[in-house]
Amino acid sequence: MKALAAAPHEGTPRRLSDLLVRRHNLLVLILLVPPLLWLGMVYLGSLFVFLAQSIFSIDEFSGTIVREPTLATLAELFRPANFDILMRTVGIAAAVTLLSAIIGFPMAYYAARYAGPRAKAAFYLAVMMPLWSSYLVKIYGWKLLLAKEGAIGWIAGRLGLGPALEAWLALPLVGGPSLSVSYTGMVLVFTYLWLPFMILPMHAALERVPSSLIEAASDLGASPGRAFRTIILPLALPGVVAGAIFTFSLTLGDYIAPQIIGTSALVLGQAVYTLQGTAGNIPLAAAFSLVPILVMALFLTLAKKTGAFDAL
Amino acid sequence: MHASFDTALAIPAVRFEGVARHFGPVKAVDGVDLSILPGEFFAMLGPSGSGKTTCLRLIAGFEQPDAGHIEIFGEKVEGLPPYRRAVNTVFQDYALFPHLSVGDNVAYGLRVRGVGRAERDKQAREALAMVKLAGMESRRPAQLSGGQRQRVALARALIVRPKVLLLDEPLGALDLKLREEMQLELKGLQRALGLSFVFVTHDQGEALSMADRVAVFNEGRIVQVGPPEEVYERPRTRFVARFVGSANVLSAAEAEALGAPARPSSLRPEKIALMSAGASAPAGTVVLDAVIVDVSYQGPVRRITARTPAGLVLVAAVPAGQVGKIERGGPVRFAVRYDALQPMESGE
Repeated sequence: MKALAAAPHEGTPRRLSDLLVRRHNLLVLILLVPPLLWLGMVYLGSLFVFLAQSIFSIDEFSGTIVREPTLATLAELFRPANFDILMRTVGIAAAVTLLSAIIGFPMAYYAARYAGPRAKAAFYLAVMMPLWSSYLVKIYGWKLLLAKEGAIGWIAGRLGLGPALEAWLALPLVGGPSLSVSYTGMVLVFTYLWLPFMILPMHAALERVPSSLIEAASDLGASPGRAFRTIILPLALPGVVAGAIFTFSLTLGDYIAPQIIGTSALVLGQAVYTLQGTAGNIPLAAAFSLVPILVMALFLTLAKKTGAFDAL
Repeated sequence: MHASFDTALAIPAVRFEGVARHFGPVKAVDGVDLSILPGEFFAMLGPSGSGKTTCLRLIAGFEQPDAGHIEIFGEKVEGLPPYRRAVNTVFQDYALFPHLSVGDNVAYGLRVRGVGRAERDKQAREALAMVKLAGMESRRPAQLSGGQRQRVALARALIVRPKVLLLDEPLGALDLKLREEMQLELKGLQRALGLSFVFVTHDQGEALSMADRVAVFNEGRIVQVGPPEEVYERPRTRFVARFVGSANVLSAAEAEALGAPARPSSLRPEKIALMSAGASAPAGTVVLDAVIVDVSYQGPVRRITARTPAGLVLVAAVPAGQVGKIERGGPVRFAVRYDALQPMESGE
């Protein structure tokens, strides 16, 4: 017994690890303090300080910040010019999210249910690879594809779809002089950029649905379509919502792609960028920055209400 | 009334004719013929990979046969998807829908059949009461114990009134006491409903105690079908003798040496009696002196493994009370009745 108690090598590191094993709360504390300090002070703290600026206002003559609490800056968001920016951005983000979900679901479903190990590896590679190249290169690449004389227009012409493309571009709102300066183009580029962030969480959610559940639904008389709607889709919904959080918030915050692809009308990211930069209107920039947070909170509340997280 | 009952009896609930199912080079099911009667509790018994679960999945429709025919109540079902078959399955992992309440799980089959909310809630309540889970409707499957989940799975399968209920190792995940309780309950339910139950298990005790007939599977084939007593008492092959109740298997020569016909034979451990040293052999028995190789205590019985001078190793199960002083390496005297040796069709 004695030999066991007095271990042959009784060094300080060993005693320290013994202590940490016995008092695992201490270990958790040591592991968590640095990231919590980072997250709490550097990240959340500065975000809060910035957002708090939205209750200040700017003196229109001197351009200096008036440090008195007021709701005037927040109310400015509802001025038609600003409100347009918000609606436009939320609309684009919603379209991108919907398109990503529609394109991504079949791919995620195939990979989760049918793909063998090799096909699955190829799937991961194909989904992840676009993330490895520069974001700017991809956007400029798309600008060339979408340009009036670009590859997409050329292929459409060759396929005899030129008039259809023209008709689409002639539509109000979604159209424009060419795809590269239209909301359609912007949505396509965003969808391309953020698609991996939609596919991967959906795939993870679908992987977790045991095939016996689908067999049970079928066994109980559900046609494949019925089983999909009543079992697979509800169980995949948390993944879809997680993906939507990515695509939605990434689109809401982006200000580079709209600058290269979009029209002259601003989106939220651009508005924040110009307000805090050239215009020096930090309070209004902060007010704009509040919007994505509120929109995401609303989105998550609605998702929870519809039971998207029931399966978690 | 009587006539129709007779015709119903004439048509098997499930009939396999030369059914085969291969997965690449693996012959999971390799030419199976079987016929399960209406109202019968039919057990498919075998080690893992013997094809019993694949057979169950062929009945359910999750697998399609590569060869042969399958009929359910006289109707050919090849090519028929699971949702068009009047059979239901209790899955090994229960496969309860985690996002639905217990009540909605049970009512699922009615929901996809278009039954209204009020009616299906009522039937779900009744079905849950039948499996002794009344009042659990609003719980989530995750909040239930393993035994309760098992009952929910049972209620969910029975609510759509299947013609045949398929059970895939349903008791495998339960502890011993719960398993014994569920065995009784399943048997009672099956008798009350008069349904055919097809029960897949690798536990020979479970198969013997519950089934009206047992089919023993090995390597994709059925090696023996019959009532439990027959399968247990008169195994046809070495595999059945060993797998069902781990009998001693004697070659033709060994059987002959004990005064039995020269045929490969099985000998149940409990048919071997222990004799005190010096006692004379009762009529109709042969006495074997042997050296004890191993003794294991198993509650009511002791299993004694012993080797005769001729090299025959026998396992005897002796009531624990009868066993006096016994130790490894010591002598033992076995008495075997001639008629306890069961000739088998094959020593393989």
